[in-house]
Parts: sequence; C-alpha cells; structure tokens
Amino acid sequence: MDILPILSTLRRHKVTAWLLILEIALTCAIVCNAVFLIHQRLQRMDIPSGIAEHDLLQIKFGYIGNRPDAYAQAQTDLTTLRQIAGVQAVALVNQLPLSGYSMSNSGIKLRPQQQQNSLEVASYYGQNLLATLGVRLIAGRDFQPEELVDLKTALPALHSDDLKNLPHTVIIDEEVAARLWPGQNALGKTIYFGNDIPMQVVGVSSPLARPTMLQMGAQNSIVFPIRLTAAEGGSYVIRTTPQDRQQVLKSAVAALKRMDPNRIVLEQRTYDELRHRYFQNDRAMAGILVGVIVALLIVTALGIVGLASFWVAQRRRMIGVRRALGATRGDILRYFQTENFLLATIGIALGMLLAYGINLFLMLHYELPRLPAVYFPIGAVLLWVIGQLAVLGPALRAAAVPPVVATRSV
Amino acid sequence: MFAYYLDLALRSLRRNKALTALMVLAIALGIGASMTTLTVLHVLSGDPLPGRSAQLYYPQLDPRDMGDYQPHDEPPDQVTWIDGMNLLQAKRADHQALMTGGSVAIQPTQSGLDPFFQTARYTTADFFPMFGVPFRYGHAWGAAEDAASAGVVVISSKLNDKLFGGRDSTGRMLRLEGHALRIIGVLGDWRPNPHFYDLNVKNYGENEGVYLPLSTSQDLHLAHLGGADCWGNGGDDATHTAPCVWLQFWVQLDTPPQAAAYRQFLIHYSQEQKSLGRFLRPPNVRLRNLTQWLNYKHVVPGDVRLQTWLALGFLLVCLVNTVGLMLAKFMRRAGELGVRRALGASRRALFTQLLVESGVIGLAGGLGGLLLAYLGLWLVRRQPTDYALLAHLDGAMLLMTLVLAVGASLLAGVLPAWRACQIAPGLQLKSN
Repeated sequence: MDILPILSTLRRHKVTAWLLILEIALTCAIVCNAVFLIHQRLQRMDIPSGIAEHDLLQIKFGYIGNRPDAYAQAQTDLTTLRQIAGVQAVALVNQLPLSGYSMSNSGIKLRPQQQQNSLEVASYYGQNLLATLGVRLIAGRDFQPEELVDLKTALPALHSDDLKNLPHTVIIDEEVAARLWPGQNALGKTIYFGNDIPMQVVGVSSPLARPTMLQMGAQNSIVFPIRLTAAEGGSYVIRTTPQDRQQVLKSAVAALKRMDPNRIVLEQRTYDELRHRYFQNDRAMAGILVGVIVALLIVTALGIVGLASFWVAQRRRMIGVRRALGATRGDILRYFQTENFLLATIGIALGMLLAYGINLFLMLHYELPRLPAVYFPIGAVLLWVIGQLAVLGPALRAAAVPPVVATRSV
Repeated sequence: MFAYYLDLALRSLRRNKALTALMVLAIALGIGASMTTLTVLHVLSGDPLPGRSAQLYYPQLDPRDMGDYQPHDEPPDQVTWIDGMNLLQAKRADHQALMTGGSVAIQPTQSGLDPFFQTARYTTADFFPMFGVPFRYGHAWGAAEDAASAGVVVISSKLNDKLFGGRDSTGRMLRLEGHALRIIGVLGDWRPNPHFYDLNVKNYGENEGVYLPLSTSQDLHLAHLGGADCWGNGGDDATHTAPCVWLQFWVQLDTPPQAAAYRQFLIHYSQEQKSLGRFLRPPNVRLRNLTQWLNYKHVVPGDVRLQTWLALGFLLVCLVNTVGLMLAKFMRRAGELGVRRALGASRRALFTQLLVESGVIGLAGGLGGLLLAYLGLWLVRRQPTDYALLAHLDGAMLLMTLVLAVGASLLAGVLPAWRACQIAPGLQLKSN
C-alpha cells in the first residue's frame, strides 16, 4: 500500500488530522500512567503479611472502668479459648500486621550514645505470639516463659530507667537482621532502644509485616517478651482452620462474654476481613482507574468513528472515481485502515513523550517511581487495536461505495 | 436574532442525531467525572470554621531531646502536658484551650440499651467560645469547673437523641466508665470538617459525642485516644511526666501584631525552658493558622487530588474529541454556510450562529454531566472512606457544573466555527 497519497490527502485536512492525533496522544499518555498506577496498587495489595492469614481470628474488647484483675482474667480467658473445639492456638497480642492502626513503634540503635536511629521498626508483643500467628523461627529460639515481663511492670520501668524490670531479649525478623547486619549472623548481637536500653537478639523470625506505614519497609518488625491484657488494648487471636472460622468465632465470643459480661465487643472478625479492610482504598482507586481507562478508550473510539464517517462522506466522489479506475473494495478498505494506522502511530509517538511528562509530574507530587518502559507498548497496542476497530465500520461503508458515484454530479 | 440562531442550532442538531448524541455524551462524561472529583476536593478542602479560621492558631514547640536531632526539623505536632499547662496558664492569647481525644464507655440507664463506646474530647473551657460551638440546650462549663475538676459533661445532639430521644437532658446524669457526670449542655448542629482541632483521631467525619473538662478526665483516669509521640524512654502512654506529646493546644489571636507577639512569646518560652534544662534543642517554634495547619498536615488525601487530575485529563480528551466532531459537522455544512454568506450574512453573524450551536451542545452536555455527577457522588458516598458521607453537590458546585460545561463547549466551538467562517462563499456555491 502506497502511503504517499494518504499523506497528501491528510495534508488537506490538517486541523482534523491533528485533532485526532492529539486525542490519541492524550489518551495514550493517560492510559499508560493509569495502567502503571493500577499495577502499583495491585502490587501493594499483594504484600505478604508473614502470618497464617486464612487460619486466624481477632476478638477485641473495650472495658468499662479500671481493671485491677486484668492479668488473672487474661489467663482464664486464654484457657477458656483453648478448650473450644476447633481452636489450635490462642494468643493475646498488642497489634496485628496490616491492621491500619499502629500501637507501637521503636527506634533501634546499634551502639549506645548513637545520635540517629539505625532503623524504625514495628514492635509486637504478647503471649504465645509467634506460634499462634504462624511466624516461623529461622534461627535461635522463642522466648522462655520466665522471660516474659508484664506491660504494667515494663512501662513504669521504662520511664524510670529501671533495667531490671525491662525485657532483656528480643526476636527480630529476617528483614531487620538483613538491614542491621547484612551478611552476618544476628544471633547474640545487642541492639539499643530509647535511652540505651540494651536487648539481646535471641531469635530471627520469618518476615512479619507492619500494622501500617508500609513505606518505611513493609516487613521491619521485632517481638518483645512482654505480656499484656485485653484491658490494655490487646486483641485475642485464635488459630483454627479456614472452614471452622465462623463457628469458632461465634463460640469464642460467646464464651468470653460468659466469662465477663461487663465488656463491649469492639472487633470480632477473621484476619481476611481485617486485611480486606486495610486495602479497601487501594481497591477502590484501582477500580476508578479501570473505569477511567475504559471511558477514555470508548470516548476516543467514538471520536475516531465520528471523524472517519465524516471523511468517508466527504470523499464519496473520490472513492467512486478510484473504484471506477479499477481499485478493489479491499484497496479502499485498506486505504482507510492504513490512514488510521498512520494517525494512531503519530499519536502514540507523541503520547509516549506526554506519558513520560505526566509520570515526571506524578513522581514530583505523589512519590511514585519512574514509569517502566514496559508500559509504553501496552498503551501503544491498546490504541492501535482501538483505532483499527473504530475505523472498521466507516471503512467498510467506504468500501461499499459503488463506482457509479463517480459519474453523478452530486 | 438569538432566538433565530437557537432555532437554526436545534434544526442542525436534529439533522444528525448520532453525531449530536456523540458530542453531548462526550461532554457529559467529561463534565460528570470532573464535577464528581472537584466536588469531593471542594468539600474536603473546605474551611471548617468560616469567619473564624483566620484568627485561630496552633502553636508548636520542640521539647524533644537531642536524639535524632536535625537542624531544620519540624517541631512535633502536639504538646506535652507540662508545656500545654504552662502555655494555658500564661494566658497570652484572647482565648486558649488545651485538649486531647478520648474514648469512653457509656452505660445507659434506660433498659434495652447496651453499654457502648463513644469518642470523647477532654478540653479546657475556652474550646466552646473559641470555636463558636452552638448549643441546643444548656451551656458550656467555665474556668471554675476546670479548676475544680467538676463532674460535668456536654454531649452532642446525636448522643442526646440516642439516649434521651432529643429532649432537653440538661441536669440529668450520664453514667460513663462507672462514674456519674451531670449533663450541663447539649450541642446544636456542629460538624466542622476537616476535624481540624485533632487530626490524630481522624481527618473527616462525625464529631465527638462527649465533651468534658480535661482536669476531670485526668482525675477519673479516662482513656486517651489519638497519637502519643515519645522520645527517649517514653513508652506509648499519655501521662503527665512522660516525654511524650499527646495534647493539642489552640489559641485565638485577633490581629497580626498579636500573632507576631505570640510567636515571640513562644521563642522566649523555649529559651527559658532551655535555660532551666527542660528543653535541650535550640528554640524551634511554629505558629500556623488553621488554614496553614491543614495544608501542612496534607489533610486532603493524595488519592483525591490524583483523581481530580485524572478527571481533568479525561475532560481534556473529551473536549478535543468534541472539537474534532464539531469541526467535521461545521465543515460538512460548508454549502449551507456559503449560501448564507452569499445572501449577505456577515462572518461575525455566522460565527455567532455556530457558537450558539456549540453552546446548546454544552448545555445539554452539562445537564447530562450533572446527572452523571449525582451518580458519581452517590458512588463516592458508598465508598468506605471517612469522608464518604460529606460528598454532596451544593448550589455553588451545581452552578459551576453548568458554567464549566457551557464554557468548555464554547471554547471547543471557537476553532471549528472560525474555520467554517473562512470558507469563501463563491467556491462553495460553484462546487454544488
């Protein structure tokens, strides 16, 4: 197919041709960036929490007034929960990965008197935490029962620099170990918190995600040997099997309410629900972006249909003459298809530049990474396909113009 | 003349229904998407206290130790108990209030209502006059109740509806965390958004149900809710001596010279505390007014801004599309326009006629866009975000929708109309 006649025809419709190119370029640029944004969101929603997600339940209570008997109550609660059919393990923990609300973070130093923290980590604590959540120990050991310190003892000790009543050991996750001591064995090393409170690393666990603020390193977490109660903001976490979850949750809440009716259930849910909730904004945003891409492509396709129809109507005489001079229907069809392909290609080329520009703007304002080159072909192919589909109808109508039109005056 | 052009426009639009529908649809989609996101942006970046926000300031001090010190750090977002109390008692502003958030269990005395948790605000008395809080029944407490840690409470009208069926409940007792507090006031309709005075709890949404004196909350050991940022050996707890910031302090300063004087006072206070050995860092103070504070805290979610850009990009594509289609449409009528020119219509008259036609398309697109915007906002309200329920179209935004639609389509019509007017009448008449 000779493209020179096409170019010379287009030169006579410069403004319309450029408008179509501009529309394709804008669509291509926005689509490239939108697909990239969707991919970013999906990637975020894919973050592993590091725990046995489908096996876990969370129950959280609010209490009325002060509870002096909270620690005794916590032990009886845990015992009661363990006796429920289908329960494999029970824990009482301060926070859960991806719960969206961070109760506790710590700055880690590698040396005493160090000015800047080496790493900000999420700090987990509670009873029976690693085993229940399904976090594996990669090296070292879990806490011994005698190592556990009560939160009500640890907090005042922290404020008065009373090292005796503070925990002395800590378990860090693999990512923290790799960031603090790359390529070395972390076991036995000492890290410092607050006013140089030393703690020895006794175990390294598999990666465990933060409750929130994932941008600080999604899996930077440590575990302290501290016991807390539900009255101090702790949650009961129950491990069971995916199919038993609803049944176990119902009986667990009923059993706990029976033990102490004077408390208010704040949360009773599966971990899957908790995780679903954490990413609901990302899911909504991804949905909106998909909607915008679809709407953009439809509008662009309709625009191409409209302009192509106009051109076909305008060139009826010309088509008729060409048919009379021996051009086949296929020639006419290919003429319009090639014309559209040319316009789309110019538009896509401009769109790539524009996409790059939009990405620079987004990087500046929204902390997005650079647009990887793989997204450019996605936008290009999409627009080529849309262009060809949109032009097909008008082109077929053009091909159907009979040669006899050439002999008519109007 | 306008009526005649309108008639011509309607005739022309009716002649090619598919193309007209396409143009109206493109404008409606673009306007609908843009207005949905602009409305959300407009609601979220609104002024929570119109008329008062310029006089409200949020002082910030830097009481942290030298750990993690960097010379140009921003000071913490809240104040410690000691600094809050010192600033409060200095009384250097027209009004000042020290406050923090909380969560309390309410134990209704009525049968049939289970105990439930309610968000609370523990604050000193100036909160109400400074923020211009309206009362439906009763009144706020004063400095005397603050000093005496009086057992008094003000509740929201929503909580009053729930507990007392909307009747005047002042003088009755509210059981809260096992204590009985006397209700002295019920708030009127008061919903400042963003929740500017404490962004640690949430950025948007409903206000607290219960308000009681800060001193009373401390005496009763009521639970604190919201962030506590600590340094050194501060745990996570909000206590009077812990090295933690967990309170918000607001002042009202009526004139710029007063604000400048207050800033000097903050610097002076920091120096004094440093010489006493309480502060370790060089004086590092900020005195932002309400609007600056909201901007500093980036209270409008990034996703909402991104959606607005996206929608405006979409509108641009729709407009380019409309320009192309209008150009096609106008050029196709070259013959008709040529006849009108030959019969004596000036270029200016033709131009006006064509613009009227694009205006009609714009108006139709605007009305369609308005419907789509209502649909879009309905979808936004179904989202699980804390600002979802605020997304409503108000009168100003409604007007803006139509103005934007007509304006955009007139703009889109200028180039096609101008091109169509350039046609030499003779040439068109000859070729037919």
